[in-house]
Amino acid sequence: MSNQYELNKNLAQMLKGGVIMDVVNAEQAVIAEEAGAVAVMALERVPSDIRKQGGVARMSDPKLIKEIKQSVSIPVMAKARIGHFVEAQVLEALEIDYIDESEVLTPADDMYHIDKFQFKIPFVCGARNLGEALRRIGEGASMIRTKGEAGTGNVVEAVRHMRTINRDIASLSALGKEELMTYTKEIGAPYDLVTYVWENKKLPVVNFAAGGIATPADAALMMQLGSEGVFVGSGIFKSSDPKKRAKAIVQATTYYNDPKVIAEVSEDLDDAMYSLDINDIDENSLFAKRGW
Amino acid sequence: MKNIGILALQGSVEEHRRMLEKLDCRITEVKKPADLAGIDGIILPGGESTTIGKLLNRCSLFAPLKEKIENGLPVWGTCAGMILLAKEIEDEQPHLAVMDIKVKRNAYGSQLDSFSTKEKICEISKQPIELVFIRAPYVSGISGAAKSLLTLNNHIVAVKEKNMLATSFHPELTDDLSIHRYFAEKMI
Repeated sequence: MSNQYELNKNLAQMLKGGVIMDVVNAEQAVIAEEAGAVAVMALERVPSDIRKQGGVARMSDPKLIKEIKQSVSIPVMAKARIGHFVEAQVLEALEIDYIDESEVLTPADDMYHIDKFQFKIPFVCGARNLGEALRRIGEGASMIRTKGEAGTGNVVEAVRHMRTINRDIASLSALGKEELMTYTKEIGAPYDLVTYVWENKKLPVVNFAAGGIATPADAALMMQLGSEGVFVGSGIFKSSDPKKRAKAIVQATTYYNDPKVIAEVSEDLDDAMYSLDINDIDENSLFAKRGW
Repeated sequence: MKNIGILALQGSVEEHRRMLEKLDCRITEVKKPADLAGIDGIILPGGESTTIGKLLNRCSLFAPLKEKIENGLPVWGTCAGMILLAKEIEDEQPHLAVMDIKVKRNAYGSQLDSFSTKEKICEISKQPIELVFIRAPYVSGISGAAKSLLTLNNHIVAVKEKNMLATSFHPELTDDLSIHRYFAEKMI
């Protein structure tokens, strides 16, 4: 592995225990930093608006990304479409800190994800299970997040994906060495990474939760399930009091195992974002199904 | 057995824990003022200094931690931890403001400018040590009793002042125990 890849995994380690917030302009980025976010994700529309408005969702305007980069001192991330390696090249040229190859944007390639080892800049990718996580890491992702179901304000999918990854790791760890190649074939993941997880009982990169986190208790729930940090998309700036909610989610992420603190920060937060039951979403409109 | 605290608000807490476990120390994760009782030293880990700084204030750890350090509690800050200790931060308000150093945040640029290298730090080890810099700060000025331990490309990246040690880089991301051993055995 190249030294840069190690450094990229290291940056994700520095984000652990923190909250990464979606922002659509410099003003929101400043609010996020002020609230204690460890990084911001620059994008043109938050997932709930992408879901409502439909159409093709693409990488953000470089001007917007530059403005956000200038307004804060914490790391700046931005999204590229699945498989759109030129959007990734553009984001790398803008010298941001992390690229999210994201199912929230409309995929640009229905066969292949980006060959992330061609880049110096780090990538985070979504996953629903161990096989998907290891395929992305095999392509060069230096951080993983659950896909969840972005823009719904409903944490159920993030929980499902985190539990699935945990269960997959537990069942892999229980196998005998001679079973690893067959398991590799079954989950469609690289053998060396399967072996790594078997030996270490964990992913080789940091794993955050994303997709549907809307309250401080949601964030703490994901942390107690073993997530190493959280992404909050629409949950903050689509709620009625973003400043207060952002601060509360940061504190609940740090004190995830202290219900008294979670109770205290959850008080009087006003309305959460407009939320959706997953069963009410048309099968073809699920973001988590994008990518493989 | 020495009881070493790790400030556990955000960042590379597990990484420091993994290193200290190899040195046979007792480890206390510090999240609340009560956790400060009984520790013989404390590590301020890597992470985001703005996040950790804000949480220090919100959870009422700021004043008691500052007081303990001023009264001689051994402390070591790595990267974000160095920023927390500094009396001066370029273009920003300081946090604990206990160490006579001025630091520049993200001094090397974005993640694309993160790097690693090997250097000898005479005070600490005879062998070169692997140094990992992630969006790292450096020390742009020192005064008082602060003493530079390592200069890299004309910038100070490791400093000691009485009971305080600060490094721009992250020994917790390597397998080299030298600096952890130095802190746990020589400074505590």
